[in-house]
Amino acid sequence: MHKEDQALIFELSTSGRVGYSLPEMDIPEVNLDDLIPAEYLRAEEPNLPEVSELDIMRHYTALSKRNHGVDSGFYPLGSCTMKYNPKINENVARIAGFAHIHPLQDESSVQGALELMYDLQEHLIEITGMDEVTLQPAAGAHGEWTGLMLIRAFHEANGDAKRTKVIVPDSAHGTNPASATVAGFETITVKSDENGLVDLNDLRSVVGEDTAALMLTNPNTLGLFEENILEMAQIVHEAGGKLYYDGANLNAVLSKARPGDMGFDVVHLNLHKTFTGPHGGGGPGSGPVGVKKDLIAYLPKPVVTKKDGEFVLDYDRPQSIGRVKPYYGNFGINVRAYTYIRTMGPDGLKAVTEYAVLNANYMMRRLEPYFDLPFDRHCKHEFVLSGRRQKKLGVRTLDIAKRLLDFGYHPPTIYFPLNVEECIMIEPTETESKETLDAFIEAMIQIAKEAEENPEIVQEAPHTTVVGRLDETTAARKPILRYQA
Amino acid sequence: MKHRYLPMTETDKKAMLEEIGISDVQELFNDIPESVQFKGEYNIKKAKSETALLKELTLLASKNADLRSHTSFLGAGVYDHYMPVIVDHVLSRSEFYTAYTPYQPEISQGELQAIFEFQTMICELTGMDVANSSMYDGGTALAEAAMLSSGHTKRKKVLLSSTVHPETKDVVKTYAKGQYVEVVEIPYQDGVTDLEALKSEMGDDIAAVIVQYPNFFGRIEPMKELEEIIHANKAMFVVSSNPLSLGALTPPGAFGADIVAGDAQPFGIPTSFGGPHCGYFAVTNKLVRKIPGRLVGQTKDDQGRRGFVLTLQAREQHIRRDKATSNICSNQALNALAASVAMTALGKKGVKEMAVSNIQRAHYAKKAFENKGFTIAFNGPCFNEFVVVLNKPVKEVNQQLLQEGIIGGYDLGRDYPELKNHMLVAVTELRTKEEIDLFVDRMGDYHA
Repeated sequence: MHKEDQALIFELSTSGRVGYSLPEMDIPEVNLDDLIPAEYLRAEEPNLPEVSELDIMRHYTALSKRNHGVDSGFYPLGSCTMKYNPKINENVARIAGFAHIHPLQDESSVQGALELMYDLQEHLIEITGMDEVTLQPAAGAHGEWTGLMLIRAFHEANGDAKRTKVIVPDSAHGTNPASATVAGFETITVKSDENGLVDLNDLRSVVGEDTAALMLTNPNTLGLFEENILEMAQIVHEAGGKLYYDGANLNAVLSKARPGDMGFDVVHLNLHKTFTGPHGGGGPGSGPVGVKKDLIAYLPKPVVTKKDGEFVLDYDRPQSIGRVKPYYGNFGINVRAYTYIRTMGPDGLKAVTEYAVLNANYMMRRLEPYFDLPFDRHCKHEFVLSGRRQKKLGVRTLDIAKRLLDFGYHPPTIYFPLNVEECIMIEPTETESKETLDAFIEAMIQIAKEAEENPEIVQEAPHTTVVGRLDETTAARKPILRYQA
Repeated sequence: MKHRYLPMTETDKKAMLEEIGISDVQELFNDIPESVQFKGEYNIKKAKSETALLKELTLLASKNADLRSHTSFLGAGVYDHYMPVIVDHVLSRSEFYTAYTPYQPEISQGELQAIFEFQTMICELTGMDVANSSMYDGGTALAEAAMLSSGHTKRKKVLLSSTVHPETKDVVKTYAKGQYVEVVEIPYQDGVTDLEALKSEMGDDIAAVIVQYPNFFGRIEPMKELEEIIHANKAMFVVSSNPLSLGALTPPGAFGADIVAGDAQPFGIPTSFGGPHCGYFAVTNKLVRKIPGRLVGQTKDDQGRRGFVLTLQAREQHIRRDKATSNICSNQALNALAASVAMTALGKKGVKEMAVSNIQRAHYAKKAFENKGFTIAFNGPCFNEFVVVLNKPVKEVNQQLLQEGIIGGYDLGRDYPELKNHMLVAVTELRTKEEIDLFVDRMGDYHA
C-alpha cells in the first residue's frame, strides 16, 4: 500500500467489532437446522467488514472528501444539467408518508402518493404538450426504450411490422442507438450539416416505408435548436414514422417551446436533470414518458388515473406493452421533481430556461477569442468549443479537462458529440452566479495561455488531486473488480 | 423575478446581454420557429414558499398509511427492515448525492471506491466472481440477465419459473419482446419450480432458466436439482435472490449459478412506494466482458497510488452505440451506497444474525397461525415469507386489518387465479412477538 492510499473498508476490519443494533430476540428460537436443510445453510460467512459505527462514519466521510459534487463547486458538464439540487426536495422525499410506504398496500391507504403522481403527470403533460404521461421508467435510457417499445406496438397494431428502422442523428447520445437496438430496431444514422443541424436532404434519403421513428434531441447535443423541426416532422410523418423527443436537453426550452407542439409523438424526460432529482453519483434517475393520443393505449401498466374522486391504478389496459419496471417508477425521485416544480411555478420555470440560455451564451462569447467555436450562432443551454487550436500546440482537450481540476472545477463533457474534433461541451445551468461563470472563464483563458507558453503544466495535469491520471489501460487489461485479502 | 435558486441580478443580466450583443433575452430564442414558440407561461400551479409547500406536502403524505405508524406484514419483494440510522447520515453527504457519474476519476475517488466496495460485498453474499455497480432494480436486473443469456448462448428462448416475482416476470416478458426472445413459464409444484415440467421443456434451444431463491412464496428452491437439469443442456442458470437471505442461506454461486441478480432494497433502502431501490447483477468470471452497466476497477497512478476507475467501458452504450447489448446508462449509485453502508454496519456477523432472525420470526408466526387453525399452503423450509389460506378475499381482510393499524400480507390471487384467498405473509426482524401475536389474533376466524 502507498502511504497516501485511502484504506478500503475491508482493510479497516477487525474481528469482534460490530456496527449494528438489531432488535432484541423476543421470540422462542428453534434450532436452525430444524428449519432449513443442511445443504441450504451457508457454510462460510461472507467476508463483510467488522467495524464500529465511528469507523464507518469516518470511512465514508473520508470518501466523501475525495468526491466532487455540485455542492463542492461548479460542474459545467454538458448534456448533464448539473444544477443545484434543492434541499427541500430531500426533506420532502424523507417524510415517512412518502419514504416508508409499500407499493402493494391497498390503494385506499396510499391516496396521497397516487395524488402526487397524478398531479406530477398533469404538470408534465402541460410542460411537454403531450396528452398522457407514465412515470414508470427508471431513467432516461429506460424511458427511451419504453418510448420505442410504444412506437413498435403502435406500428404492429396497425399491421405495419415492416417498420424496423429507427433514425438517429450522428450527434445523438449513445443511449439512443443502444435503446433502438434493445427495442428490436435497426439504427440508421442521419448526418449533421455544416451548421450542426440534421441534414434535411440526408433525412429525406433515409426515411421510407421501413421507418419506425426518428429520435431527436432538441436543442441537439451541440446546444443548437433544430430550426427545421417542422419540416423534419413533416418528412417523418409523411413517411408514416413517429417522432421521438429525447428530453435530456429540456432545460433549454421550458416555456419557450413544447415537444408536443413541435410535432413529437413520444417524449422522455430526465427528471434528474431538468427537474433537480440529484444525480446521486450515477443514479437513481427517473425517466417519465409522454405520448400523444394515438399511443396512449400502449402505455406500460398500471396507469395512475382518477375515478369518482379517488386515485386508482388502472391495470385494465389490454393493448399495453406490459410492465417496464416493477411497481410504479422511482417514486422517491418523482417526489423530488414534483417538489421542485411546485417550488418554481410557471414564472420560475420560464426564468430557469432564460437564465440557463443567457449563461451559456455569455460564456460562449467570452471564451470565443481563446478557443475555436465551431458553430457561431446563439446557442441554447449549452455550447461546444473545439480544442483544435490547442491540439496543434500539443495540448489535447483531455489535458485541458484535467488542468481544470487544479482550479477546483469539474470539467465540461469532452469528446462528445462525436462530430466535433477535440470537443469541449459546456453547460453552466441557471443556478450559477455571474461571479462563478467569470471565475471559470478566467481559468479557461489562463489554460489557453498556458497551452501556448507552458504546455507541460497542462499536459501533466492534474497536480492537486488525491490521485493523478490513472492507468486505465491496465485496469481494463487485467481487471481487478473486487477486494481480495 | 427573484428566486432563491436563481442568483442573477438585473445588473448581471444587463452586463451579460451587452457581452452577447443583444438587448433582450428573448432574442436568444428567435431560432425557434414562430409557429411552435410557446407564448406566456405554463398553466400549472403557482409557486409556493418553502414553508407553505412543506406544509402542503406533509399533509399530502399524511394521507398515506406509512410503515412507521403501522405494523406491516407485507413483503412480496419489498421489505420493512432495520435501517441503521447512519445510512441516511452518509447519504446526506452532498459530495455523494450531488455528483454525476464518476467519469473524472481524479475527483471521484470517493464514489468509485464506495462502488468498488459495493461490488465486493455483493460478490461475497452471492458467491459470485464479479458484480457490477448496480441496476435500476431487481426486476430489470433479472430481465437484463435473461437478455445477456440469450446473447451469450445465441439461443432465443428462456424458461421462467412461475415462482419468480409476478411483476418481475412481466418485466422479463417486456424486455424479451424487445429482443424477440421467447419466454415460457414453468409451473410450480408444492410451492417450488416443478422439476418434471422443467425437464420436459429443456432442450438445446434454451438460453436460460430463471428461478428465484428464496422464491415468491418464500420457499427455498431445489437448487442442486435445478442446476443439474439446466447445465446438462448448457443453458444458463439465472437466479434472483434477496441478498439478505444469503446471510444465512447457501449462496447461489455455490450451487453453480451463472448469473445472480436481485434487489439490495433490504439493505438500508426505504420502501418508497416501490422505488428507487437498487438492482444488483453478479456473474462468473467467464461473463465479465458481457455484464451490463458500469464496472469499477482498481488501478494505480504514475506515482503508484491506488485509485479506481470505470473500466471495461467498451461494453457500454456510449462506446458501442447500436452494437450495445444493454442500453443502461444511469443506474442506482446512491442506493448502492446506502446498501454498502448498511452491509458494512451489519458486517459479517450482523448480516447472518439479521437473516436468521427473519427465519426464526417467520417460523414463529407460521406456527402461531397453525396453532390457531390456519392452513399453511406450500409448507416447507422458507426464509421470511409463507402463505396462509383464508376463508375470505385477502383484500377484505386487509381492509379490516388496516382499521387496526395493521398492513396485512399480499393477495396472491391477483397473480395466481388458483390461489384465491391465499395471503403471502412477510415477517422481518422488525416484527416483535407482541406484533406477531396481535396480527395472528386479529386474523381471527378468517381461516379456511
